[in-house]
Amino acid sequence: MSEYVLLRHRDIPDLDQLKVYLKNGGFDAWKKVVTSMEPMELIQLAKDSGLRGRGGAGFPTGMKWSFVPNNLWPHYVVANADESEPGTFKDREIMESNPFQFLEGLMIASYAVQAQNSYAYLRGEFWQIGLKLNQKIAELEEAGFLGDNLFDTKYSLRLHVHMGAGAYICGEETALLESIEGKLGQPRLRPPFPAVAGLYASPTVINNVETLTNLPPIVQNGATWFREHGTEKSPGVKVFSLSGCVNKPGNYELPLGTPFRKLIYELGGGIPEGRAIKAIMAAGASSALISATDAALDTPMDYESVANLGASLGSASVIVLDESVSMSWLAQKTTHFFKHESCGKCTPCREGTYWMAHILDRIEDGGASEKDVDLLFTVARQMQNKCLCALGEFSTMPVVSSLEKFRSDFLARVDGQTR
Amino acid sequence: MPKMVTLTIDNHPVTVPQGTVVVDAAKKIGVDIPVFCYHPKMEPVGMCRLCLVEIGRPMVDRATGQPLMNEDGTSKVQFGPKLETGCTTPVSEGMVVHTQTDGVTSARKDILEFLLTSHPLDCPVCDKGGECPLQNLTMRHGPGNSRFLFDEKQHLGKNIPLGELIYLDRERCIQCARCVRFQSDVVDDPVIGFYNRGRKLEIMSNSTPGFDSIFSGNTTDICPVGALTTADFRFGARPWELKSAASICTHCPVGCNLTINVRREAKSGGDVAIKRIMPRQNESVNEIWICDKGRMAYHYAESKERLTSPLVRKGADLLPVSWDEALDLAAEKIRSTGQLVTLAGGRLSNEDLFNLAQVTQTVNGRALLYTHMAGGDLVARYGLPEGSDLGALGKGDAILVIASDLHQEAPVWWLRLKQAAKRGAELIVLNPRETRLDKFAGHVVRYPYGQEVETLSAFLPGAQVPEALQAVVSAFQAAENAVVFYGSEGLGLDGSQAVAQTAAALVFSRGKTGQPNNGLVAVWPNGNTQGAWDMGFKPSADLASAVRTADVLWAAAVDPAGDDPALAEAVDGARFVIVQELFLSETARRADIVFPAQSFAEREGTVTSGELRVQRYYPAIRPDANIRPDFAISAQIGLRLGLKLEARVSSLALLQAVEKVPTYAGLSYQRLADVTEQWPIFGRKDMYYGGTGYANSQGLGVKLALAADGINPHAAKESAGMPPAAVNGLVLVPMTRLFDRGATVMPSTLLHQRLADKVLQLNPRTAEKLGLDNDSDVLVAANNWTVDARIQLDENVPVGVALVPRSTGFPVTAPLAATVTSRVAVPEVYGGLRS
Repeated sequence: MSEYVLLRHRDIPDLDQLKVYLKNGGFDAWKKVVTSMEPMELIQLAKDSGLRGRGGAGFPTGMKWSFVPNNLWPHYVVANADESEPGTFKDREIMESNPFQFLEGLMIASYAVQAQNSYAYLRGEFWQIGLKLNQKIAELEEAGFLGDNLFDTKYSLRLHVHMGAGAYICGEETALLESIEGKLGQPRLRPPFPAVAGLYASPTVINNVETLTNLPPIVQNGATWFREHGTEKSPGVKVFSLSGCVNKPGNYELPLGTPFRKLIYELGGGIPEGRAIKAIMAAGASSALISATDAALDTPMDYESVANLGASLGSASVIVLDESVSMSWLAQKTTHFFKHESCGKCTPCREGTYWMAHILDRIEDGGASEKDVDLLFTVARQMQNKCLCALGEFSTMPVVSSLEKFRSDFLARVDGQTR
Repeated sequence: MPKMVTLTIDNHPVTVPQGTVVVDAAKKIGVDIPVFCYHPKMEPVGMCRLCLVEIGRPMVDRATGQPLMNEDGTSKVQFGPKLETGCTTPVSEGMVVHTQTDGVTSARKDILEFLLTSHPLDCPVCDKGGECPLQNLTMRHGPGNSRFLFDEKQHLGKNIPLGELIYLDRERCIQCARCVRFQSDVVDDPVIGFYNRGRKLEIMSNSTPGFDSIFSGNTTDICPVGALTTADFRFGARPWELKSAASICTHCPVGCNLTINVRREAKSGGDVAIKRIMPRQNESVNEIWICDKGRMAYHYAESKERLTSPLVRKGADLLPVSWDEALDLAAEKIRSTGQLVTLAGGRLSNEDLFNLAQVTQTVNGRALLYTHMAGGDLVARYGLPEGSDLGALGKGDAILVIASDLHQEAPVWWLRLKQAAKRGAELIVLNPRETRLDKFAGHVVRYPYGQEVETLSAFLPGAQVPEALQAVVSAFQAAENAVVFYGSEGLGLDGSQAVAQTAAALVFSRGKTGQPNNGLVAVWPNGNTQGAWDMGFKPSADLASAVRTADVLWAAAVDPAGDDPALAEAVDGARFVIVQELFLSETARRADIVFPAQSFAEREGTVTSGELRVQRYYPAIRPDANIRPDFAISAQIGLRLGLKLEARVSSLALLQAVEKVPTYAGLSYQRLADVTEQWPIFGRKDMYYGGTGYANSQGLGVKLALAADGINPHAAKESAGMPPAAVNGLVLVPMTRLFDRGATVMPSTLLHQRLADKVLQLNPRTAEKLGLDNDSDVLVAANNWTVDARIQLDENVPVGVALVPRSTGFPVTAPLAATVTSRVAVPEVYGGLRS
């Protein structure tokens, strides 16, 4: 038995072996769903549980499923296993060590919308995981958990692993769909939304790996059990990826609503060499910076509370920044990342990230003036609310928030002052 | 009728069909929302973000569903938190759009500033400078100064050939994807695409040869910057130096509307020269597209090889003489000698053909049309009448295409039929081999060459329908409207006559003659073949003997001697030969009198399209003073014979024709110049969508009335059939390739890589039987000729025949049995060269 909901492999050795997974209740939920539940019942269960998407947006999962129209077929479910946000490494651990629970979740979601073919889309760097998942899927087909007429019902399901080619943008769900279709990974115009016209122009549900991994225990234990953890609006547990200036970085499975302080100081062992904490990025590189005040550290890590800080919980990739970190250096790092990953489809993101990166390089090289700091701010602001997808908007978050909150870090670099 | 939606844009109410996007609705009332990536002929993508506007929608009480009202009785409108893209947002009832608020104008400035950060701003040396949407929109909406450091600009390749026809300047590209989308969505040639990502995103060609598309030039018109340019025009002129003339393409029967851009240049001795050809908008003909042949095969007009003086044979030589001497001699010969045979080509204008026919009839001569296609009289009776528009065909309409590779024979018709099929029209393709139209057809029927009539007859009422054809026949018969296209794939004149008759009978059998979107269309080999029929020319079943027995042969815009050795011999047999030509053709070399004629670019005239639309072209460049238009040459001969023909002004020549040709009644140059407003709006000064050639203020053309002489068409009993192949031989089947080797194409050297080759296309199984392989050099022999050729294997060619592209040097006018023998390789001599 395990106290964990998602990271059960930490207590159960060899959980990535099918026989071990089966011995620990594996695929009971799957069998229950296929043999005894109507799809609508399952959707209602997901709604009742209050499970929200763990990929970053926090959209209610049951609601997402219910958008899929029943007069357009076929349906597809795609597991977003692109996990490319810097600072996020939770899906990787799940897929490496607890792959069956993830696959079972994907299968349950597929049943909920009656998809007969579902995909796991992995970033290109996850090729070893891709090989492993393919092997697991083959075992499941062998064992009769996947294939035609499952458990002697009319329901058939097959899973497919699709490898990306290493692009951050392919974590954006419509770019991900383009990539599966073999096209250049660029986001699509919405509407139409994937729920209506997604993969191969068919209704498609896209769920994060962690979201899906929550499904088997929800089916087994019920909505009420799920709501025992977390807050009312953000129920359940969440895997927090802790990194940056902490003594013990890693994945931590905690109830949503756990305060930052507990994660960073109690579990994460605090800041190295006793330095003072300066800021937190709660959603990886896409974060607006949170000034690490006492009030902020006592804020519960749930979707609403973090939003109230003017930031976002995102996929809960908590990057800790201490007093030794210059925020202009940080902004340079994130901006170069976004410049490198911008797909180039829309003007503000393609040109804006390029421009910001140049200004930040100048600032970091000591070749800038205060005017350039102001220019950086206006360039970031003039990108906002104009981009085609969230990537461009995200790229401005660390820049704008660091300039608003830590302007002195930038000024320390201007007019020839270098580190 | 689609549902109409009323919205308010900048306080002006506007009512537009449901589904219209905000940008287009604004355009309707003269409000320009700037765009780069949006193009009204393509699906919106919302990439460039320039069209951001404020959009509000009426608020509704969630509980009751009732609209919420302000106290003054107006409905409450909620604006979104963000600006929205006007190009992707469809209108909705009660929508309120603001396009001039501070938020919107600053957003435009922001986006333009972003675009300019990576743009090289090399406007002073850019071909697009002066007609560039980026330049124009920057002047109107953009920032005056750049805050981007020039030194930080990224530099990219400026001279990248995507193919030999289109060049890419990577720095100038603003990644709007118009070209990529045009190639994949509009013309189904997805041969260019994006490579890499972010600021490194660049256009590349993924085909061999590069940019392998017959529509590639259109991407240079729709490119909103100077990133794509044609090899023909790049670095050729500044747009503001150019003057334009309206014209019509005469290469094929579509009749695409053109704009010819000219300027004065030193190389023309200070006279005007053609710099480029661009499409001119005619939504009923070519919309805003033309093929690359229409765009680039015009150099013949300015060729140095053009004839510059009348020539008269004196002894063995053709010597320059005065016009009067040549005209007097021609008139004298025509008056005093016996049989006159006039042989005219479909490149001539209606005025030319009318005058030629008048002179010929006056002396009881024979007016012969030089063509391998029949049925012009039938098309005149059962063609597409007034009110027809291929752009309007859709659900409930059927389009049947037989014996034509439309993609090669009439590219813009191919494009229009592809789109009609997309709109839901039932497209039926009957052809012996696969063509580019098949992909869009609901039904494809294969028949062996020589079985055209037998196949088409199944569609006639009461016909015995083979089981395999039952679905397609009933689909055709169920259609509300039906258009039948027939071409010349594998057909000679006899075969074409049988097909035309049967197709006409099929059209007639539907009882909808004269109703819009019902009728017969011939895919003629030339731009005005239909006009030639209308003016009284008809092909001859035995052309060689007609020519050989002529006392005077009068050949205009044709080169029988160059096409076929048998006809060359026939021309030699004629007692006296008069030729009107652009060049000293093989026939002209054998002539007694040669008149130099003006090209379409040097004069005005009218042509009649395969859809029976008469259209007018205008002079673009000044002709050499000693060259005359064909209608004037024949009129001046006619005047000497006592005929009152118009020799000076072609508009008056048309008025004379109109008197004698009933279906042309009421036509005049004034009427042909009429224009009505077209939608979408292209070619205004704002250059909203780029393309300075699009504006059409010189005429949309006039549809002919159908001829009504009460004769009902009878389907042919059988096809002309195929000659039996000799042992170890096969049957050569003529077919048409777009880039032919005709006299009006060859001077455009840019196209030489794309020209049809002198090859025999064979199925690999046929080749194997004959012991031939791909690229084998062979000798082809038939009748009295032998030619060298190369073998090209192609799975699509039916077994037992060899396809031969017309104009490549095979004198094959109809299916012809031939023997093919491998050329024995000369043994290699040590130390020597192969001879």
